[in-house]
Amino acid sequence: MTRTKHAQTCDPVLLSVLQKILPDDAIVTTEEERRVYECDGLPMFRQLPMLVVLPDTTGQVREILQLCHAHKVPVVARGAGTGLSAGATPLADGIVLSLARLNAILDLDPQACTARVQPGVRNLAISEAADPHGLYYAPDPSSQIACTIGGNVAENSGGVHCLKYGLTVHNILEIHLLLMDGTLLILGSSALDQAGYDLMALTIGSEGLLGVGVEGVVKLLPKPVLAKVAMAAFDDVSKAANAVGEIIAAGLIPAGLEMMDGPSIRAVEDYVRVGYPVEAAAMLLCEMDGNQVEVESQMVRIEDLLKGCGATSVKIAADEAERAKFWLGRKSAFPAAGRISPDYYCMDGTVPRRKLAQVLEGTAQLAEEFQLTVTNIFHAGDGNLHPLILFDANKPGELKRAEDLGAQILLLCIEVGGTITGEHGVGLEKIQQMCVQFNTEELEQMHRVKEAFDPLQLLNPGKAVPRPRHCAEYRLASGMKSGEDPHAKD
Amino acid sequence: MPRTNCSQALQEQILQALSEQKTLQPCGGHSKDFYGRTVNGEKLSCAGHRGILNYEPKELVLTAKSGTPLQEIEAILAERGQMLAFEPPHFGPGTTLGGVVAAGLAGPARAYRGSVRDYVLGVRVINGHGQILHFGGEVIKNVAGYDISRLLTGSLGTLALLLEVSLKVLPLPEAETTISMSCDSTTALQHMLTWSRQALPITATAWYRDQLYCRLSGERSAVHDAISLIGGDENTDGSIFWTALREQTLPAFTASKRLWRLSVPPTTLLREESGEVILEWGGALRWCCENRHLIIDKTDYWDYAKTVGGHATCFRGAKPGTEVFQPLPSELLALHQRLKLAFDPKSLFNPGHLYGTTAATGL
Repeated sequence: MTRTKHAQTCDPVLLSVLQKILPDDAIVTTEEERRVYECDGLPMFRQLPMLVVLPDTTGQVREILQLCHAHKVPVVARGAGTGLSAGATPLADGIVLSLARLNAILDLDPQACTARVQPGVRNLAISEAADPHGLYYAPDPSSQIACTIGGNVAENSGGVHCLKYGLTVHNILEIHLLLMDGTLLILGSSALDQAGYDLMALTIGSEGLLGVGVEGVVKLLPKPVLAKVAMAAFDDVSKAANAVGEIIAAGLIPAGLEMMDGPSIRAVEDYVRVGYPVEAAAMLLCEMDGNQVEVESQMVRIEDLLKGCGATSVKIAADEAERAKFWLGRKSAFPAAGRISPDYYCMDGTVPRRKLAQVLEGTAQLAEEFQLTVTNIFHAGDGNLHPLILFDANKPGELKRAEDLGAQILLLCIEVGGTITGEHGVGLEKIQQMCVQFNTEELEQMHRVKEAFDPLQLLNPGKAVPRPRHCAEYRLASGMKSGEDPHAKD
Repeated sequence: MPRTNCSQALQEQILQALSEQKTLQPCGGHSKDFYGRTVNGEKLSCAGHRGILNYEPKELVLTAKSGTPLQEIEAILAERGQMLAFEPPHFGPGTTLGGVVAAGLAGPARAYRGSVRDYVLGVRVINGHGQILHFGGEVIKNVAGYDISRLLTGSLGTLALLLEVSLKVLPLPEAETTISMSCDSTTALQHMLTWSRQALPITATAWYRDQLYCRLSGERSAVHDAISLIGGDENTDGSIFWTALREQTLPAFTASKRLWRLSVPPTTLLREESGEVILEWGGALRWCCENRHLIIDKTDYWDYAKTVGGHATCFRGAKPGTEVFQPLPSELLALHQRLKLAFDPKSLFNPGHLYGTTAATGL
């Protein structure tokens, strides 16, 4: 958790220039209104910003950046604030640059299967606009109703369909990126590659540290003719984890392959009543999509495979309504956890699929050690775990315990050859664990990349990539040897 | 050779070159020596740095040393019913994994299955300071730190030397069929664009010498359904055609004196070219096979590509020492130069392979 600092007062000169650039309602100065922006989707990190601005044109964004660059004022760009790693936490001496008002779909070209969008467009709004043309935008993070495409680009967001359709980085064609000094770069294009370095791939997932995206072109895909989902119950978590590997080994690439453990199943069923197997120790949702004959023949294979892996029951959604019901349960998992616990903390590690059972078991042991409950609901096909730590912030020490447990789970992910974040980003939350996943020289290389884009370190400073000095302190405190390469395999 | 010794040997060569202020030209199988601006540097061969380090078919991930021959990787994948979905061209028998990733070139499936960088999950490299660094990993979703693995893909070895690469692999399709039909290029482009808007199991399209080719891959039933929807005749020589297209052994390629690669938005209208044209990637990739007598000014291609929102590359046949890639806007070139400095401040690796005529600005 961060120590909240007293927000600074904005330099009157800076404020007066901002007032010339922006209309009155685009500058948030009162403390009450600034409070709205003090955290993102990870509220344990809070900081009141010095000022919030809400431009509604690219030109304004550019002027704001140039101004802040001249005054050396740090800037934190923000979309809908749904991020789960404290990547949009403000700075006490900084400006929050909300891109929420840049929310137009500028063009939708059904011929080229692309949409030109502003950063504040909601993820789901793109698919809604594409729907009449039989097209959609594939990445679907669970916050897709609210989250913005700009935020998705910053975090390289995933969702439940990544295994087949990829992450944000696989679905963006072009980004207009403003550097901190106001330089506009056009990265990528509607062609399938670019001259020079792939700076678009570098920018995607850079957590707002390299530039501010003000426009982009996303790829739209034709909607599959048919999608079918199977729900399989298991009396043992490791059997379910094993089934995940077997499906993939059989040459099948599900559109979605999700797993829930027993406590999650019961919490969800209590909440939304969708017919989940409440007796099960684990369940899988496995969705295939494609044309009619293809999906039907694949579902037969999936059913056999699941049963062969020891599923106690396999149910295939009979129609679109039942399919929607099965997914509703999955999508309700977080609010369902919210009903059984005053607070919850969602983690986000990825591990090789063959390590799923081991990591789930390790997580359960850690939970017992920390005397907290952890439920699991996650993207099994990608090996992307989302352990949900249940706690009560009102009980003294529980929040700290939850954070410590979360940190231990992330270390476990690194230990088995995985990563500390699959799709939520590092932000402030996982900055310590970055010191474990990367050594000093690797972090220094990342800082040199940052300097090439933002030499004054004004864009979202302090997030995503820790300072080597910070890591030295962390390693010392946690008993790691200084300069030790934590993931050396040699 | 064990992994460490092998990496260390390359690291020592790099440190040596650094101390002697030499420039190096990393190379593998010399299959793409024709590609990019010519470089004057001491050859640093990675061909001995070979071997598959980890391959778990259930994980859909393969990690190998950069000098591993592409043929070896493709063979081991095929044994387990898997493949590199981006179908990299070989351009010669000795092509290595490092060369594939450094060049970032994908084959006919690119428009439908993704590019090289879409499948790169992690890299181990040596930067211009001589440091061995590891980015990304062997998992499919990983957003810890900047995506340096993907930045290095297609950077033509100008930023760092690749030691190891982890790639996502995919299962081979159950069935694959090529259909072809006679038509002109405009009709072919229309067909390609129409098909792209439908959920069809298409994995490659091309137009060559008045024939439109379309490859369908997937479940047998899906392929069968698509054939009846698309029409055309089943082409029993389909796989030969796609290999010849990918390897540029089709007569139009081999007869050309200078080959231009136009990467454009697929909806771009066709224009009259000075040589024979081949279309692929659903219309997004257009090859112009120039005949010696018709060679026109390079700026014509670059101006045209810029106008339509794409880029042009003088893929083969450029005069040594001349520019090959689409000129970058000045701000973008400046950022490229800063990134070059961020990885390779002494211009150790392939200076001038991408751009620039002077040592100070070459990258």
